[in-house]
Amino acid sequence: MARDSNTGMVERRGTGLWLTHLGLIIGVAFIFFPIWLAFVASTVTQADIVRPPMPLWPGEHLVENYTKALRSGINAPVARMLFNSAVMALGISLGKIVISLLSAFAIVYFRFPGRKTFFWLIFLTLMLPVEVRIVPTYQVAANFGMLNSYSGLIFPLIASATATFLFRQFFMTVPDELAEAARVDGARPMRFFVDILLPMSRTNIAALFVILFIYGWNQYLWPLLITTDPEMNTIVMGIKQMFPSGDDYADWPVIMATSILAMLPPVVVVVGMQKLFIRGLVDSEK
Amino acid sequence: MATVSLESLKKSYGKTEVIHGVDIDIEDGEFIVIVGPSGCGKSTLLRMVAGLEGVSEGEIRINGQRVNEKEPMDRDIAMVFQNYALYPHMSVSQNMAYGLKIAGTPKLEIEERVGEAARLLQLEPYLKRRPRELSGGQRQRVAMGRAIVRRPSVFLFDEPLSNLDAKLRVQMRLEIKKLQRDLGVTALYVTHDQVEAMTLADRMIVMNDGVADQIGAPLEVYANPQTEFVAGFIGSPPTNFIESGVAGKSPGTKVGIRPEHVAIVPTGQGNTTGRVIYAEPLGAETLVHLTLGDGQLVTVRQDGSVEIPSEGQEVGLSWSEQDEMRFDTDGRRL
Amino acid sequence: MEKRVTFKGIWLPLLLVLPQLLITAVFFFYPAGQAVWQSLFIPDPFGLSMQWVGLGNFEYLLSDKYYRASFQTTAVFSILVTVVSMGVALYLAVLADRLIKGSGTYRTLLIWPYAVAPAVAGVLWLFMFNTRVGVVAWYLGVLGYDWNHVLNEGEAMGLVVVASSWGRISYNFLFFLAGLQAIPKSVIEAAAIDGARFWMRFRTIVFPLLSPTTFFLLVVNIVYAFFETFGVIHTITSGGPQQATTILVYKVFADGFVGQDLGSSAAQSVILLLIVSVLTVVQFKFVERRVHY
Repeated sequence: MARDSNTGMVERRGTGLWLTHLGLIIGVAFIFFPIWLAFVASTVTQADIVRPPMPLWPGEHLVENYTKALRSGINAPVARMLFNSAVMALGISLGKIVISLLSAFAIVYFRFPGRKTFFWLIFLTLMLPVEVRIVPTYQVAANFGMLNSYSGLIFPLIASATATFLFRQFFMTVPDELAEAARVDGARPMRFFVDILLPMSRTNIAALFVILFIYGWNQYLWPLLITTDPEMNTIVMGIKQMFPSGDDYADWPVIMATSILAMLPPVVVVVGMQKLFIRGLVDSEK
Repeated sequence: MATVSLESLKKSYGKTEVIHGVDIDIEDGEFIVIVGPSGCGKSTLLRMVAGLEGVSEGEIRINGQRVNEKEPMDRDIAMVFQNYALYPHMSVSQNMAYGLKIAGTPKLEIEERVGEAARLLQLEPYLKRRPRELSGGQRQRVAMGRAIVRRPSVFLFDEPLSNLDAKLRVQMRLEIKKLQRDLGVTALYVTHDQVEAMTLADRMIVMNDGVADQIGAPLEVYANPQTEFVAGFIGSPPTNFIESGVAGKSPGTKVGIRPEHVAIVPTGQGNTTGRVIYAEPLGAETLVHLTLGDGQLVTVRQDGSVEIPSEGQEVGLSWSEQDEMRFDTDGRRL
Repeated sequence: MEKRVTFKGIWLPLLLVLPQLLITAVFFFYPAGQAVWQSLFIPDPFGLSMQWVGLGNFEYLLSDKYYRASFQTTAVFSILVTVVSMGVALYLAVLADRLIKGSGTYRTLLIWPYAVAPAVAGVLWLFMFNTRVGVVAWYLGVLGYDWNHVLNEGEAMGLVVVASSWGRISYNFLFFLAGLQAIPKSVIEAAAIDGARFWMRFRTIVFPLLSPTTFFLLVVNIVYAFFETFGVIHTITSGGPQQATTILVYKVFADGFVGQDLGSSAAQSVILLLIVSVLTVVQFKFVERRVHY
């Protein structure tokens, strides 16, 4: 985008421009440094690390460390934990999207007894995070026999209405005439939902999926409570379990390889779907 | 095709009645235009026929059959919406085919019917496009195509041309009329534009505040308005209303006289006098705006070749008694 | 706002809302109700029966010096996290906004730590400052500073604050940058023509115009610091040393699951519930002005 030259008094040039870049580069470096160190640590040997200072440039043990982490890990193979995390993140995002789409469709397109009440009930759930009600929620999950199970990891985290509100808001912007046209065309409610409303919501669904996937993947406290069996650990909570309880040295290369693996899927999602991610973020905070 | 009858049709929202009882028998193949200002209930009336709004009282019959409780799709109607209401994620042909697909029409027949409609509407080059890739006029055609492929008995139009620019509007108006004739289908058409109403209608319903003030052929309605509202609403520039005392009659009523029926004559002659405020020469004709003694505004439409009086000039206004329309204080024709 | 068009039917919509209703009832309303209920009891020493104590748990909590300390810790922690993460983010956003070219690239480079889980961020920072192997701790040692967050309360707090703020910068940066880019350039140019220098322009024009974004982020970041930083604290300090980093959420967990004191933990949940409700109301009052539900 070219700018008029006489707006130069606002746009910095010369030294000022370089200082701006310098400031940003320092910021980027600050953001990157911890991850760089983690990456380096995942490519060297334990011996390199326990004799500080550790090297700041990657070593040659990348394949070895990652293979060890994925195949055997410390308590459970990291591959297994990655799988658990994927199931949980997908379960939470897809589950939440499905139930929210259905209930948003109902409250926007129907008038039924209890509609207002339902609306306010789910409104109440909007911002109370699971952290606040962990003990009783844990008891409920335990009573249902959901400890160490995928349903235990997933269902309690679906009980929030942010997505419902998002879809409701979107459905309200769909022109009334579209539903009327569909009715004249002979579409029954569910047909309209599947043929018209869902395809029109594609972008919203995708944007929300990105946000919910990250939310689900990064859960910590809940999996920590509900999974005692290492085989059911998710990767984000499993890392902490890899630290020895006593005075022993932690197996840093494997732990750092696991950390890199733990952040890889959500980072790929965020960077790969940046547009959708930003849209989802802005939407879901509205 | 189909006849449509509305019998003392009423609509209320809660306690507020918005349609106060409309009666009309529409003949097979007739083009009916419902015209009126915004908020008069014309769209509501149409949507009741479509089945998009419930009927509070009265009855709607299509082909003699009561349809009050029927779903839109079971009424043998098709509707063209103001904003076209095209499905944005479907191509032109998918849009047109959607209703048939739901009805379970065989694939070959769908293709045939969509092809036929596309030919008729000159949409063939655009069948694979999405609505957003089309111009306003093209979208309008797709909306009509969607109605045509279903071969309904009744076409319903809800202000279909109001989103188009003036030139396109004239063109589409002609197309709609031709299409309706060729297909021989009964049509109900809602508009606030009296020119559309005059040019399209076999008969028109002039709606005012939830009441059908007058139902009749356009020229008949124009020549013989039954209420002050109709006289004022139909015709441009609108009818002049003159207090009967000022017009040289016994006071207490109003005299309506169309601008083309008033002539400017020398002062002292004619039915009354007025002062010229300004004149709008339009070429073929000239509109002269005047004030009467009581401040009432009057417009005279005269031929372009007639001399234009200068501003501020006192002139006489003359008309013949047979062109007078007299209304009582309730606005009813006497 | 309501839709003009509605479909007929009662059973279908009820069926449609049923899944959400069930899940919300079982995993939200029932536990929340249980939290309130349990906060009025204490279990006997053998865990066999519950004894009604009314508001006793609350009275005990509010007089408990550990709980009050935890309140204070939470306040300090949230304020620091909010100020640090918003401050750095605003600084970077202002810089990026000054660029005509390349702000998109910096955005891509800066946003992705959002995807890093707080718990993982905790592990990364723990690794850098680990007293035995941490690179940063080691270099600090070379400079003559003996870093030990395991023993030093201030250092522990500093570490969890930085680790919690680190991943949050991206989020705040995104919103600040969007807010800055929404300010019409003509306004800023007009100020420049009026002779206002950069800092002056920022203070008198940009920052006031940015205040809706700032206020929104303030609330959101406080909520984040209160609840979502559990992972950071659990991985780095486990609330120590001497409870110096035990924020309220951590204490609910520690008392309820580690200490098995259900009544007290439930009472703490209820107090948190109240705090969140207040924050929610504040946020919605504000959000309502911004967007219309």
